Amino acid sequence: MSARMKWLRESFFSGWLSTAATLLILFLLWKSIPPFIDWAFLDAVWRPDAKACRATEGACWGFIADKHRFILFGTYPYEEHWRPAVSSALLVALWVFSGFRRFWNWRLIPTWLAGLLVIAVLMWGGVLGMPYVENERWGGLILTLLLSTFGVAIAFPLSILLALARRSSMPVIHWLAVGYIELIRGVPLISLLFMASVLLPLFLPEGVTIDKLLRAQIAMILFAAAYLAEVVRGGLQAIDREQYDAAQAIGLGYWGQMGFIILPQALRIAVPPLVNTIVAFFKDTSLVLIIGLFDLLSTIKVSLNEPAWSGSGVEAYVFASLLYFAFCFAMSAYSKRLERPALERAAAKVVDVAAP
Amino acid sequence: MVAIAWFFIHNTAVNLEARRIASGFGFLSREAGFEIGEKFFLSYSAADSYLRALAVGVLNTLGVALVGIVLATFLGTAVGLARLSPNFLLRSLSAAYVEFFRNVPLLVQLFFWYALITEGLPHPREALSPLPGVFLSNRGILLPSLEGAPRLEGFNFVGGTAITPEFAALLAGLSVYTAAFIAEIVRAGVLSVERGQWEAAQGVGLTRREALRHVIVPQALRVVVPPLASQYLNLTKNSSLAVAIGYPDLVSIANTTMNQTGQPIEGVAIIMGVYLTISLSISAFMNWYNARISLR
Repeated sequence: MSARMKWLRESFFSGWLSTAATLLILFLLWKSIPPFIDWAFLDAVWRPDAKACRATEGACWGFIADKHRFILFGTYPYEEHWRPAVSSALLVALWVFSGFRRFWNWRLIPTWLAGLLVIAVLMWGGVLGMPYVENERWGGLILTLLLSTFGVAIAFPLSILLALARRSSMPVIHWLAVGYIELIRGVPLISLLFMASVLLPLFLPEGVTIDKLLRAQIAMILFAAAYLAEVVRGGLQAIDREQYDAAQAIGLGYWGQMGFIILPQALRIAVPPLVNTIVAFFKDTSLVLIIGLFDLLSTIKVSLNEPAWSGSGVEAYVFASLLYFAFCFAMSAYSKRLERPALERAAAKVVDVAAP
Repeated sequence: MVAIAWFFIHNTAVNLEARRIASGFGFLSREAGFEIGEKFFLSYSAADSYLRALAVGVLNTLGVALVGIVLATFLGTAVGLARLSPNFLLRSLSAAYVEFFRNVPLLVQLFFWYALITEGLPHPREALSPLPGVFLSNRGILLPSLEGAPRLEGFNFVGGTAITPEFAALLAGLSVYTAAFIAEIVRAGVLSVERGQWEAAQGVGLTRREALRHVIVPQALRVVVPPLASQYLNLTKNSSLAVAIGYPDLVSIANTTMNQTGQPIEGVAIIMGVYLTISLSISAFMNWYNARISLR
C-alpha cells in the first residue's frame, strides 16, 4: 500500500466511528457549501444598488461598496480621509515593527513617540495647511486602533506597578492592589463604561469637563490594567527565588532589583499571554458602541440605519467579523509563534531549509 | 489616598446638589412603569416596583448565563475532543471553529446572530419547521409546551413556548463564543495526562472505562476546572452585552431605571454589586472545589 493510501486510511477511515464522521461531515459540507457559494458569490450583488439587492436571494455586498468610506472613517471630513488612512497604516506599521524581537530595546520608545506625534498632527491638523478636525468627528477604524493602542500603552506600565504592589510585603499596598484588581475583574466592562460616561462627570469639580472619547479611554485603561497586571504577576511568579536573592546580594535596592534583574526576565516570559490579553482587549474596544462612540463596529451599525440598506445586517456583520478577525488572528498567530520554544523554532528553520 | 477620596466625594456632592439629583435607594420601592418582554420564574407588570424589575433582570441574567454555560460546556467539550481526533476532517473543522470564533468580538457575533434571526428567517406565515411542532421564524423560535404545540393564527403563533429572537441570539452568541475557549481548555486537559498513565492503568488490569473513570478524568479535571470556572465567569459577565440587542438582563433594566429616575450612581452601584456577588461566589466555590480535588 502506498504512503498516500495509508495516510488517507488513517486520517479518514481508521475505524467505523471515524468513517461515519467522515461521511457525515462530507454530507453536511455537500449540503451547505453550494448554497453558501450561491449566496456569497454567484447570486450576490456587488454594485451599490439597493433595488437590485432587494431583488436577489444572494448577499448584498453593494452595501459595503456604498458605505465603505463611512465605515472606515466615520464622520471625518470626506476630502480629508487620507489623514486617518495614513494614520491607521502608520499605527499598524508601528505595531508590526514592535513585534520583532530584534527591535526590543530602548529605541522602541522614541520610535513610538515620534509615530504618535505624527498621528496626532495628522488627525487633529490645524497646521501645514491641514484644516483642524475636532476629535468628536474621529471615527471608524482609526478610533478602534487608537483606543486599543493608548489603552495598552498606558495600562501596561500601570499593570506592572499593580502586579508589584500585589506581591508587596506591605499589607496596605498589597490589599489595595488586590481590591482594585478583583473589583475590576469582577464586574463587566460595560459597567465601567457606564461609570465613565455618566458618573465621571459627577466626580469632577464644577467647570472641569472631559470629552466622551477621553472618558471611554480612561475606563478602557482602568479595565486593561487589572487584566494585564494578573499576566505580569504570572511572569513574576515564574522567576526563581534565587534570582531575587542574587539581585539582593549584589546590593541593589528594591527598584534596582526589579528594574534590572526581575522584570526584564518576567516580562519576557509573559509576552505570549500579554499578547493574548491585548487581543482580548482589542475585541473589547467594540463595547464603546454601547456608550455611543463611533468605533469600527459602531459605524457599521449606524450605516444599517439608512432605510435603503436596513436589510443588510448579515452582510454587514460578516464584513465586520472578517475585519476584526484579520487583526485578531494575526496577533494570535504571532503569540503562538512566540510560545514555541526557541529550540523548536531553530529545528523548524532547519526543516524549512532542508525541505526543497 | 484619603484626600483623593474626599476630593471626589466632595465634588460629587456639590454636583448632585447643583443638578438637583436625588440620592439614596428610595426609588426602589416606586412604581417602575415599564414593561419587560421576558421573565423567568418571577411575575412582573409595569405597575410593580423598580426593585422587582431589577430582580427580574438579575434572574434573566442568571437564566441566560446558566443555559449558556450548559450549552457552551457540551459544545466546547465536543469541539475540544474533536481537535484531538485522528480524523483529518473532524480535526481541521474543529480547529477552524476555534480560530474563527475566538478571534471575532462577541458583540459582532451577537449582532450577527440577531440579524440572522430577524432578517434571515422567514415571516411566521412561512416559518421553517425542522421538526414537527418546532417553528423558526423572524419572531423567534417556538417549541411545543405541556399545553400543546404552537399553531399559526392570523399573522403570528399562539400556544407553545416561545424563545424570543433576543434570547436566542444572546444564547447562541454566548455559547458559540465561550465554547471556542472551553474547547482549548479541554484539549489542554486531555493532553496534560501523560500517555504512561493510560499504559499504567491498563498494566494494573483496569478496563478502558475504569481507567478513564479512576485515572485519566480525575487528573485532567485538575487542569481543566480552574480555567473552566473563569470561562463560566466570563460568560456571565459577557451576558451584560444583552443591552446591545435588547434582551432585558440586569444591565439593560438598570440602564432603563437610571434613565427614568436620573440616579446613575445608584444604578451603576447595583450593577457592580450584583456582578461582584456572582463573581466572588463563583471564586469561593472554585477555591472549595479545588481544595477538594487537589492532591492530598
